[in-house]
Amino acid sequence: MINEHLPALIIGIPLLAAFATPLISKINDKLRNIFVIGVLGVTLCLVGLLALNVFENGIFVYVMGAKSTGLSLPSGYRMPIRIILEVDGMSILMAIITSIVSFLGAIYSWAFVEKETGKDKYYTLLLLLTAGMFGMEFTGDMFNFFVFLEITSIAACGLIGFRINRGESGEAAFKTMVLYTLGALFVLFAVGILYGQYDALNIATLASRIQYTMLDKIALGLLIAGLAMKAGAVPMHMWVPDAYAEAPAPISLILVVNTQASLYGLFRVLFTLYGVNISTQTVGWIIVILGVLSMFVGVTMALIQSKLKRLIAYGAVSQIGYMLLGVGVGLATLSTPALQEYGIKAMEGSIFHIINDAMYKGLLFLTAGAIIYCTGKRNLNEMSGLAHDMKFTSIFFIIGAGAIAGLPPFNGFASKLIIYESVYKFNPILSVIAILVSILTLAIFVKIFQSAFLGPKLMNVKKEPKSMIFAMLVLSVIVIAFGLFPDVVVDKIVSPAVNALINQMDYIAAILGGT
Amino acid sequence: MIGNLPFVACVVLIILGLYTLIFKRNLIKIVIGLNLIECGVNLFLITLGYKSDSIAPIYTMAGKEEMVLPTPQALTLTSIVIGLATTALILSFAILIYKHYKTADASKVRRLRG
Repeated sequence: MINEHLPALIIGIPLLAAFATPLISKINDKLRNIFVIGVLGVTLCLVGLLALNVFENGIFVYVMGAKSTGLSLPSGYRMPIRIILEVDGMSILMAIITSIVSFLGAIYSWAFVEKETGKDKYYTLLLLLTAGMFGMEFTGDMFNFFVFLEITSIAACGLIGFRINRGESGEAAFKTMVLYTLGALFVLFAVGILYGQYDALNIATLASRIQYTMLDKIALGLLIAGLAMKAGAVPMHMWVPDAYAEAPAPISLILVVNTQASLYGLFRVLFTLYGVNISTQTVGWIIVILGVLSMFVGVTMALIQSKLKRLIAYGAVSQIGYMLLGVGVGLATLSTPALQEYGIKAMEGSIFHIINDAMYKGLLFLTAGAIIYCTGKRNLNEMSGLAHDMKFTSIFFIIGAGAIAGLPPFNGFASKLIIYESVYKFNPILSVIAILVSILTLAIFVKIFQSAFLGPKLMNVKKEPKSMIFAMLVLSVIVIAFGLFPDVVVDKIVSPAVNALINQMDYIAAILGGT
Repeated sequence: MIGNLPFVACVVLIILGLYTLIFKRNLIKIVIGLNLIECGVNLFLITLGYKSDSIAPIYTMAGKEEMVLPTPQALTLTSIVIGLATTALILSFAILIYKHYKTADASKVRRLRG
């Protein structure tokens, strides 16, 4: 019974719980925290169930309020008219990341925002953000994708501007909201162009009818621009450091996944909607160039920062570059059989990197949050000798920094190695740049470690609360586990996702019933 | 030719909006620019749904005429509602910035940089 309605429940439960949160908040603060964590825990279990189902039975199609996906006229003409959720390997991978991260974010928030006011709104927005991301990942409809995109934008910006006593949060939230809205409007305009030509909003139907005319090219450009803006790729990255630095730490953790959800949207558009119809060489190279720019500019900007969270945020921009690089290479080689094997390997690497990135970057933001919580300082130059008092945090920081720099026992190494090897076969220079960026990343994290954790003990430091240690511990365990057993993860979770992206026809057939 | 005028109008609106967004420094004007783009996109959607000499899709009053598909209107309504929410949120951030910085000039609101 519950199995049939899983996708709707996964979106619906956090959405309804979001609006129940202020009411429960009136009764008791502790009860509200338990309620929010419970809701996200239940969602995590449901995502797990759905994942088992999808890995076993293939694509899961859910039709809102009906059995079949559309109308069949007596003449035999079928048209999907209903609201459809379509869950394939790629969507479920993103949903697993989203559910783990939002669950841990809520646990971390327990102690982190305890002394702030407006916690009922904070938790409401957190749940809305989660529901919006699940919606973006599951929907099979371009317009619903836009709606969920806007839900995440509004919730995310509300949370970025959460500390209204600081002018900087207002500034960061304003900047972010302008870019998010602009990106979403680009997406809406592109959806309008596609609808005007093909009379459909459903991704599968659009993909089966698309012609790659001049208008489609314009729509593709708008979609890439809009979604890359929200993903924080380089020419449109100026909101990323501000937003990550000003948001409360658990929200930075969830924002990382939010940018990845729009990357997911970009991949869905490129592979499923346009697929073999686009000239994959050109578009693939555009994505590769976006990726290389993001990697390089992100890491060089990070070198000169002195604020802790801004520095990590620029590191985040450069990691987005790795994902774009791998997938861009995959797209560029999609139509050349000789290189296709390496292309698929590169995509595996970069999609594996999406999971890894969410985990270690989340861990780094949480450790930064712990430092800010315990010392009250944001600037690296004012910190020293934290390792004396914050033993757990310093160990977690070493794990996160090792992973983001791609050192062997951690998960960052596993995915970056796959990217280096496969991209080298496509174009050696790209691989060299990727390795160089990795070394620079190590340099900036050595800098943080040296200036914040080492040195004489100069400052009075509070102890880290238990809920924060728990969230960081879970993430570090995942980081190490994925680093030690990358093959298991790649086989079980990543390759279904890559296959789902490449086999465009399966996605179409699941809705239209065979072609 | 005259039928294409609405499309021209929405392109003009979008370009005006982008111009405002890029070259104006006042926070309120930036919000107005965003709204102009949004109006352009909404106008585009509603124009797609227009068909001359056809009627609203209400089956009880249907004659032999053609009916229009109501989807674009539904899309436009949704997008207007979302636009209202985003505009309200952005304006509240603008008020917040004005309170802290005592200015609405974007070139002076630059504590976050580098």
